[in-house]
Amino acid sequence: MTIKISGEAGQGMQAISTALAKVFKKAGLHIFMNQDFMSRIRGGNNFSQLRVSERPVFTLKGKSDITVCLDKGSISIHKPDMAEKGIMITDRQKFGTEETGPGFFDAPFYDMAKKAGGSELFANSAACGVAAGITKISFRLVEEALKEIFADKPADVIKINIAAAKLGYDFSAKYFRSDAFAVKEGAAAGNLLMNGNEAITLGAIRGGCKFYSAYPMSPSTSIMENLSRYAKDFNIIVEQAEDEIAAINMIIGASFAGVRSMCATSGGGFALMVEGLSLAGMLETPIVAVDAQRPAPATGFPTRTEQADLDFLIHAGHGEFARAVFAPGTVEEAFYLTVKAFNLAEKYQIPVLIMTDQHLADSSRDIDPFDMDKAKVERHIISKEDSKKVTGYKRYQLTETGVSPMAVPSWIEDVIYADSDEHTEEGHITEDGKIRMSMVDKRFYKKMALLSREVEEPTAYNLSGADMVLVGFGSTYGVMKEACEATQGKKLGFIHLSQVWPFPSDHIAGLLKRAKKAVTVENNAGAQLAKLIRRSTGIEVDGSILKYDGRPFNADFLKEKASEAVNNGRR
Amino acid sequence: MADVKDFISNDPIAWCPGCGDFGILNALKAALVKLGRKPKDIVIASGIGQAAKLPHYIKCNCINGLHGRSLSYASAVKIANRELTVLVTTGDGDCYGEGGNHFIHNIRRNTDITVIVHNNQIYALTKGQASPSTDEGYVTKVQTQGVISEPIRALEMAIVLGAGFVARGYSADMEHLSWLILEGIEHKGFSLVEVLQPCVSFNKKNTYEWYSKRIYKANDDPAYDPGNYVAALQKASEWGDRIPIGIIYKAEKASYEEKSGLNKRPPLVEEKIDDIDITGILKEYA
Repeated sequence: MTIKISGEAGQGMQAISTALAKVFKKAGLHIFMNQDFMSRIRGGNNFSQLRVSERPVFTLKGKSDITVCLDKGSISIHKPDMAEKGIMITDRQKFGTEETGPGFFDAPFYDMAKKAGGSELFANSAACGVAAGITKISFRLVEEALKEIFADKPADVIKINIAAAKLGYDFSAKYFRSDAFAVKEGAAAGNLLMNGNEAITLGAIRGGCKFYSAYPMSPSTSIMENLSRYAKDFNIIVEQAEDEIAAINMIIGASFAGVRSMCATSGGGFALMVEGLSLAGMLETPIVAVDAQRPAPATGFPTRTEQADLDFLIHAGHGEFARAVFAPGTVEEAFYLTVKAFNLAEKYQIPVLIMTDQHLADSSRDIDPFDMDKAKVERHIISKEDSKKVTGYKRYQLTETGVSPMAVPSWIEDVIYADSDEHTEEGHITEDGKIRMSMVDKRFYKKMALLSREVEEPTAYNLSGADMVLVGFGSTYGVMKEACEATQGKKLGFIHLSQVWPFPSDHIAGLLKRAKKAVTVENNAGAQLAKLIRRSTGIEVDGSILKYDGRPFNADFLKEKASEAVNNGRR
Repeated sequence: MADVKDFISNDPIAWCPGCGDFGILNALKAALVKLGRKPKDIVIASGIGQAAKLPHYIKCNCINGLHGRSLSYASAVKIANRELTVLVTTGDGDCYGEGGNHFIHNIRRNTDITVIVHNNQIYALTKGQASPSTDEGYVTKVQTQGVISEPIRALEMAIVLGAGFVARGYSADMEHLSWLILEGIEHKGFSLVEVLQPCVSFNKKNTYEWYSKRIYKANDDPAYDPGNYVAALQKASEWGDRIPIGIIYKAEKASYEEKSGLNKRPPLVEEKIDDIDITGILKEYA
């Protein structure tokens, strides 16, 4: 079942959808929740979508079963996306509208808000109660959820919200007799409700990040906000920099001094960081940077989603140096890969990039608790203890692997020279061609070779039987999985990459050989993944399903496009 | 006891003979000897330009990065390990031009770093174009009709932005400069030491002779109080027939380390990170 809550920015849609998500999770059901915002603080149309299921859910559906309209404008916007037997909850008295018939349920939730608390401000809680009442879920769960959502509010405010919800709930119980939307309580769902940015934040904390610097930019900002909430308890310094250039240079400085550091931004901010990325490559300083993609070029759609920075991230930076680029597909991967990013960055003294997008950043799912044994910090710097034994230290000592031991300033007796000019093993400026070649080999070839050996293996699903294999990276994992599972006769399979650089060429070539036909699924216009596959493996896929309207794929849309592709061959 | 020999680097110096940078290097070494810390406990950050090469010519930890960005990584080095002494050697182009935004905001940030700006009023590494501090009217290969932009008033800017230590030295007066640098290091928070430094190759106006005729020591006047904000601003604005050097402004203020709470706990770099327990926060998502 899909529930949509729509209204103007500032009407508290997110609070209701989060409350409802908690309600259904408490009832043992699985949840997928996503937010669709406009780039404004008040007005416009924003909505939240909540999928509730007895089975785990990973993505959106095309149509909504219950649509809650908090303002008049929402009615016409969301009417076309109602499921055939769906219902729309409106407040005719407040909106002055005439919609009647089986698809509409009129509930005076603005009036209820005034009755409960003397203000229309509580209309969202009343509407939440109306929606919950329609699903016949126990009101006790609604009450618990509201208490949690408004935990930081004064007791009387919590009381009023609960009272408003109760009025809504009782109204539905009285006037909405049908069991069409009644939910059965499930056995058990994952016990955490979390979105991609929250998972990255927790991954950073677990991964030992002690310094974070960024400039606010949607949709990355919530990482900085989340981390700030925990900064005091975990001794983390979060520094809002004057610009993204400062942010990346600051984390390079902290990392040089031995502290695990991270920054996050979106494409435009990442463009400013590119010079610093190159510096991290040259200095061989480990850093972790997140690009939460949004539609571009330039400002684009600030609050929407896209996957068009793939080419940008794997190539960003002047000159040649090693890097790794992760593209987590799920909330769980966002957590584990963030921890891994810190370990890998330090192991090879390279920048590691985490490429997500607004869809993964802001979508919540119920998940099982993380396995901390799979999220362990592995340190690769010379420990304080071992530092005592270091003599004749050379920061860029040429070694077999290309990786020079990394010491922390003041822990060793020697001094450390790190330089962005081409440098000698000691770190002093040189113009010697032979040294230059050794240093390029070290920074680029040797490290890339080692990185390729421990690349994340792509996920493969139902390759051999399928008529068509979908290939995607990053946030399309869930939608590919559900489209495949929902297609009868095992006609669809998928391959998902959670690391795109170094490109897992051997894995992908091997997997694609088993596919009858393959198309890429990408939230961009340029079929960047298809081209990357061709560049890296020589294999040309049979087409690409592209979506670049700034909105994420949903399972119905992808299923339909995939079956067209099966029938038509090329797109 | 520290000795000047402790700070000798074997890297050959690539400055022009007679460059004002030599005076700054010697003054810095003398200041560090007096400071008494080991080279391993000192980090010098720099960007690009002739000034930015200095960290190679002294034995201390060095992070020589990008044009204009040195203040960003210098502040972060201090945040990561507050026990380090952190200095920046930068030029007028690096600090006031390319790095102008970082100059503004690192003064506001007020980490305990000392920024030595080698101000030769010209771009030397790129061979003689105007810098943000080149005098109006000075003719270069690019500014062929003479510079038409007004020179930046960095000392006044620094005072207005809230820097707690603003000083100006002269590269030919090593002893005085060395004193200023040491005062800057010992001042808690952001310290600016701008150094007038003749460029013998590209600045034919602001020469040793030109500076020597104009420079006077502000602190020789017992009536001058560097703690007086208004008087300091006025002193910082003097430029022309008389140019003051010395401690122009000095005020005690809380540093970033104090305000962020960093000073109340072990340096960040000492934090144990091998098995951080996040189960407590996971409960918030239940």
